[in-house]
Amino acid sequence: MGGNSLHGVTDAIVSIGFHGLAFAMVLYLISVGLSVTMGLMGFVNLAHGVFAMLGGYVMIRLMNRYGVPFLPALAAAAIAAALASIPLERLLYRRFYGGEELDQVLLTMGLIFMSVAGATFVCGPLTQQMEPPRWLSGQVDLGFRHFPAYRSFLILCGAGLVTALWLGLERTRFGAQIRAAVDNLRMAQSVGINTSRLFMLTFALGSGLAGLGGGLGADLLAISPSYALQYLVYFIIVVAVGGLGSIRGPFFAALLIGIGDTGFKYLLPEFGAFFIYALTMALLLWRPQGLFGRA
Amino acid sequence: MTALALETRGLCKSFGALTVASEIDFRLQRGARHALIGPNGAGKTSFVNLVTGALRASGGTIHLDGADITDLAQAARVKRGLARTFQINALFRRLCVLENVVLAIAEREGVAGGLLRPAGRHRAIIEEAYGLLETLGIADQALLPVNGLAYGRQRLVEIAIALGLAPKVLLLDEPAAGVPSGESGIIVSVIERLPADIALLIIEHDMDLVFRLARTITVLVQGRVLVEGTPEAIAADPRVREVYLGERAPR
Amino acid sequence: MAAGAEHSAVRDAVIDAFARRHRLHPLEALPWLIAVAAYFALPGYLSLGAQILATILFVLSADLVLGYAGIVTLGHAAFFGTGAYVAGILAANGWGEPISGLIAAALIAGLVGFLSGLIILRTTGLALLMQTLVVATTLYEAANKAGRWTGGDDGLQGMQVWPIFGLFRFDMFGRVAYAYCLIVLFLGWLVARRIVHSPFGRALIGARENTARMHAIGAPVARRRLVIYTIAAALAGASGALIAQTTSFVGLTSLSLERSGNALIMLIIGGVGRLYGAFIGVPVFMIAQDRFSSIDPVYWYFWLGLLMIAVVVFARGGLLGLIERLRP
Repeated sequence: MGGNSLHGVTDAIVSIGFHGLAFAMVLYLISVGLSVTMGLMGFVNLAHGVFAMLGGYVMIRLMNRYGVPFLPALAAAAIAAALASIPLERLLYRRFYGGEELDQVLLTMGLIFMSVAGATFVCGPLTQQMEPPRWLSGQVDLGFRHFPAYRSFLILCGAGLVTALWLGLERTRFGAQIRAAVDNLRMAQSVGINTSRLFMLTFALGSGLAGLGGGLGADLLAISPSYALQYLVYFIIVVAVGGLGSIRGPFFAALLIGIGDTGFKYLLPEFGAFFIYALTMALLLWRPQGLFGRA
Repeated sequence: MTALALETRGLCKSFGALTVASEIDFRLQRGARHALIGPNGAGKTSFVNLVTGALRASGGTIHLDGADITDLAQAARVKRGLARTFQINALFRRLCVLENVVLAIAEREGVAGGLLRPAGRHRAIIEEAYGLLETLGIADQALLPVNGLAYGRQRLVEIAIALGLAPKVLLLDEPAAGVPSGESGIIVSVIERLPADIALLIIEHDMDLVFRLARTITVLVQGRVLVEGTPEAIAADPRVREVYLGERAPR
Repeated sequence: MAAGAEHSAVRDAVIDAFARRHRLHPLEALPWLIAVAAYFALPGYLSLGAQILATILFVLSADLVLGYAGIVTLGHAAFFGTGAYVAGILAANGWGEPISGLIAAALIAGLVGFLSGLIILRTTGLALLMQTLVVATTLYEAANKAGRWTGGDDGLQGMQVWPIFGLFRFDMFGRVAYAYCLIVLFLGWLVARRIVHSPFGRALIGARENTARMHAIGAPVARRRLVIYTIAAALAGASGALIAQTTSFVGLTSLSLERSGNALIMLIIGGVGRLYGAFIGVPVFMIAQDRFSSIDPVYWYFWLGLLMIAVVVFARGGLLGLIERLRP
């Protein structure tokens, strides 16, 4: 009793908070694009995880095989995912915007299958191991505790990106256009916003962020051919709980899911992810449109 | 004192800062031929949506045949005899004309929830639906899918569905909207021949139609009732002219 | 007068034609004839055949939800898996009587459908889609972690299924299994067909065509969706029990996203909302899967994905849709 177990409890809380936060950052970076796509274009892109996977593969390949340094490889991952999304959106997706969900579901599921096959074919069936760069391996000493350096970097990087994203949304013209179009598409069109181009750019941005998240989070969400299927539920939950079309909503949802999942798995490992799903269902029962969604 | 077919008292609706209905007191007599007019954005369709229950009121009450229906869901209000048509056709597009009406009658008769008997066995319902189509003059296309009909005829199907519900109060939202002028005459004559015991409220922009069909007119402006009266009184009212033409009527 | 009689004849003809749409058509006997013929003609394939028949029931139930109620679901396997595990757990813990196991499975799966439907059917569209996935994943995780009952990752072992009526033991050639699945499928089909051709079924189609209009004619849309969702869940549970009992095994894949996704694929291949889409799509898919996926799983996934995209882009109505377009 006494000081020892209190120390143990606070240690556990800090640990859960820390790792949960890192997980949340990755989830958010990947899922925010999906939320906007579903809310803006009315398109359920189940294959969204494919871009995260692509980012992960690109980054790891560049680092492991071509010796590219970490940060440029990460940037390349994001850019590759963004670029890959453009022909997909132009040629295939846009025909089904606002259309029947079943079409979108089957279309994107087909893409997932093809991505699984493609990834297995090109990179083999095994999980890709990511080695953090030397300057990020090891621990960071914050006085009262040590923290893994890479995860700390992940949190800081994630926070920075989220801040940049939110500022960009509030301060730039592009951000204003997105907000307008999510709010009322027809009105946005009638004030002259080129929604077609907006969709393409937004989709590319969301996919690029996903690629970034996939690369950054490669040690949390392991990169393997079945990535898009395996983690689909997480992305969907973050978007559903956050609220479709919302950009801030998924952040709080990701925090909830990230910290909650880490906590539950740490404290009650026999139940695994069950509590997160039950929590999600309870939340959706209370607020079906998500925390920040429109009723 | 006979109950009004439909009445609203102090009906209000706001979406945040936007008010679409403000203290609307409205009375529809039994057997009425009543028109609701007003400039675009006056809130006419919102009013219909509030009355039918598609929109939840922010305040005030709605009474159907004397009973308070303010808290009832849409479907419940229909069961009590309130029917509407939509400004833009809301039909079961890929189903045939006959089935569109059959569905409505089946709901009215309470057999639509039946899982056991094949749909074809309810012959009386099918016959009634066909009879309705005959009355409206569209029986010759009974088995065609609705989306293959000319727009004017689709408008008639819209009315047929509402009639299939055997309503006591019928709300027609711009029945002639979008119909080529050659075909609108049929719609007008159909409305003229509606049973006298149905209380009719028509929203319309076409003034010829309004003056031909209505015995009472209510003018709605920015969610408020401006004035109500006979067609002659409304036509002569300078406020109405100002609202529509934006000019002061000459004295 | 003559005109009146002629008029009346036209009227009767139209009403007759309309009423007759729901009558049994001779072509509807075809699937059953083929199924019975296969029993005698293909004795070496009866095990696969039993699987196909059970899966047709599963996909048929998915069609009720998807094609008729218009509820796009990524979690229909939740009910399949529930039924499978109920039948499996009963058989692994001393009660191997198949028919009562089947009924228990259907009832419990129906209950799960009812409860989850109460929660999630209040929403529509994308939000609903996501919630169906969450429900199925919740059940998957529950089954994963309740290893003492379900066997967890390894699957449920030790099922002992008794002979049907004490007489017909499940043999290794699959003869009894095939007949069992065929009969249960037939009963399930009777239920589905009745519903689809009833006023309830037509009202469901109406709600799919124009929900706003359905509300405006006084239809209790939400209640009806819940009813069909529950019935479909029960049928799916029955199909899960069939698979469990005929293979004496239940694995986690019975609750997986892949199982739900496969149902959608088989349905779109055959044609959604046409009652018989399942009867065409399931054999086509499962026979192809049986032949090709073991040769090279990578190629199988690739071509399957490509096929799905192609069907959505070019042949949305599936095979039945193509056939419809060919007829005058």
